Amino acid sequence: MQEDGTIAASDHTAPARNHGTAPGTLPVVSLRGVTKRYGNGTLAVRGLDLDIAAGGFVSLLGPSGCGKSTVLRMVAGLSPVTAGTIDWPRATHDARGTPRPKLGFVFQEPTLMPWQTAIDNVALPLRLEGVAKAERHRRARKMLALVGLSDFAESYPRELSGGMKMRVSIARALVTEPEMLLLDEPFAALDEITRFRLNNDLLRLWEARRFTAVFVTHSVFESVYLSERVIVMAAGPGRLHSDLSIEAPVQRDEAFRTSPDYAALCRTVSGALERAMAA
Amino acid sequence: MTPPDEALPQERRFLGLSAGTWPRILAPLVMGLLLLGGWEWAVRHFAVPAYIVPGPVQIAQTLVKDWPTLSGSLAVTLRITLLALLVAVSAGVALSVLFSQSKWVEMTFLPYAVMLQVTPVVAIAPLIIIWVDNVQASLLICAWIVAFFPIVSNTTIGLNSTDRNLVDLFRLYGATRWQTLVQLRLPAAMPFFLAGLRISGGLSLIGAIVAEFVAGTGGASSGLAYRILESGYQLQIPRMFAALALISFSGVVIFLALSLVSHLMLRRWHESALKKDR
Ligand SMILES: Nc1ncnc2c1ncn2[C@@H]1O[C@H](COP(=O)(O)OP(=O)(O)O)[C@@H](O)[C@H]1O
Ligand SMILES: [Mg+2]
Repeated sequence: MQEDGTIAASDHTAPARNHGTAPGTLPVVSLRGVTKRYGNGTLAVRGLDLDIAAGGFVSLLGPSGCGKSTVLRMVAGLSPVTAGTIDWPRATHDARGTPRPKLGFVFQEPTLMPWQTAIDNVALPLRLEGVAKAERHRRARKMLALVGLSDFAESYPRELSGGMKMRVSIARALVTEPEMLLLDEPFAALDEITRFRLNNDLLRLWEARRFTAVFVTHSVFESVYLSERVIVMAAGPGRLHSDLSIEAPVQRDEAFRTSPDYAALCRTVSGALERAMAA
Repeated sequence: MTPPDEALPQERRFLGLSAGTWPRILAPLVMGLLLLGGWEWAVRHFAVPAYIVPGPVQIAQTLVKDWPTLSGSLAVTLRITLLALLVAVSAGVALSVLFSQSKWVEMTFLPYAVMLQVTPVVAIAPLIIIWVDNVQASLLICAWIVAFFPIVSNTTIGLNSTDRNLVDLFRLYGATRWQTLVQLRLPAAMPFFLAGLRISGGLSLIGAIVAEFVAGTGGASSGLAYRILESGYQLQIPRMFAALALISFSGVVIFLALSLVSHLMLRRWHESALKKDR
């Protein structure tokens, strides 16, 4: 496989390495021995080591319940780690010495405030930061244009389709120009046609802005189409199973989606996932 | 904008209201007229004496004749009702916000709010009237006790059922407690609060009337319930019915007004206020 240049899959079952980070450059985020036990005793994640390089597009792939959401929520600081550390070597620190990486988060549901228009939903993070109304609307309008919703700035969420709501949600996550965008199965509830379009839109945004993307999905096809790197997780307790580089053309489009290369890559990742589920 | 297509059926409108709205106004109206007509006919046909059941016409005449006294009483009752509702809303929302900020406060006070609710107001009204010197104030307290609970319980449910992902999002962006309350929890609780408000509007009228009955005081500043008691003693049954009609009418107006408020506040975003256009 590696010889024909379409895939460079690293060892499938080895513990994590400083994969994806060129020597000498600091990763955006660095997880060491991260473990999560919920209050009810569930061991959701155990001993996760993971470095994520700046500007990459990484997918977390695994069966339902293997702790993908838990990892993402811990990285976002929404859920405390039980053991281990999460470091942000490149982030600025606040007065108390706590790192404050700029993050964006996209949930599986659009998670919009139904009482606010699309533009006010997008401007929410800026409003919470105390940015003046004119300025935050200017920036929110720019983001809406970027996701193709200029004409719907004044619409309420209930007037938008599922795909449009998800675009608003992505625009909101990007309005603060975050260093890292965390996405938790954002397109899982959408129909295939809409999902494909949003995949392409997300890639286009990522190419334009070069934030670090961490994309949680349970779809092999989606992970291969989008990512430079796929982390396969195994369940019970959640842990890293394999760490694969996807060496595919930079240009990901419908031609790539139907190419034999894509099919071969999917087969490799699918095999890793199968082994992870058997492990 | 595309020009209206002749081939497409347009929504038909009469006198500014859509064709679908008229039956909702006309049907109950016709029903009411039929009932009143039947009542008047029965009273005349069976020659029922006015001190047992007066006919609608006589009630209307009494309403006009006694309007100076009745309107004064109506004003008194409505003042208590609206004041009680106002206090119930401000105290209820304040208490709900406290509940939502601290589980301890909720655990400590919620049982007492429930106790206040399940104790029949007629049973505590005499005590309140004895304890509180001022009759108006004691009436207000009674009406408030009745109107208070739906606001508290509905608003509390609303504040607690905020989308957890949105709460997380606010946390991600470092929102303060105050920002989360004002920009997220309170707007999310609005539909619940408004549903409680509509219930409380009717209840505060009931509370005011019940308290007036118990107080039973006469004099210049007495409400519609007192007029009913007084008319009963004096066997002025048409006046009793006139006062009763005013109470019912006030209740309906309060309900419609609060429904309108609710509709106006939610129409842009909430499912309950959506036009059923599918
Ligand atoms: N808040 C919670 N409390 C207790 N257990 C939880 C909680 N959230 C998730 N879990 C459990 O942790 C495990 C991993 O869940 P999750 O991270 O949601 O997996 P995934 O996103 O991969 O489907 C599951 O067994 C789940 O039941
Ligand atoms: Mg999940």
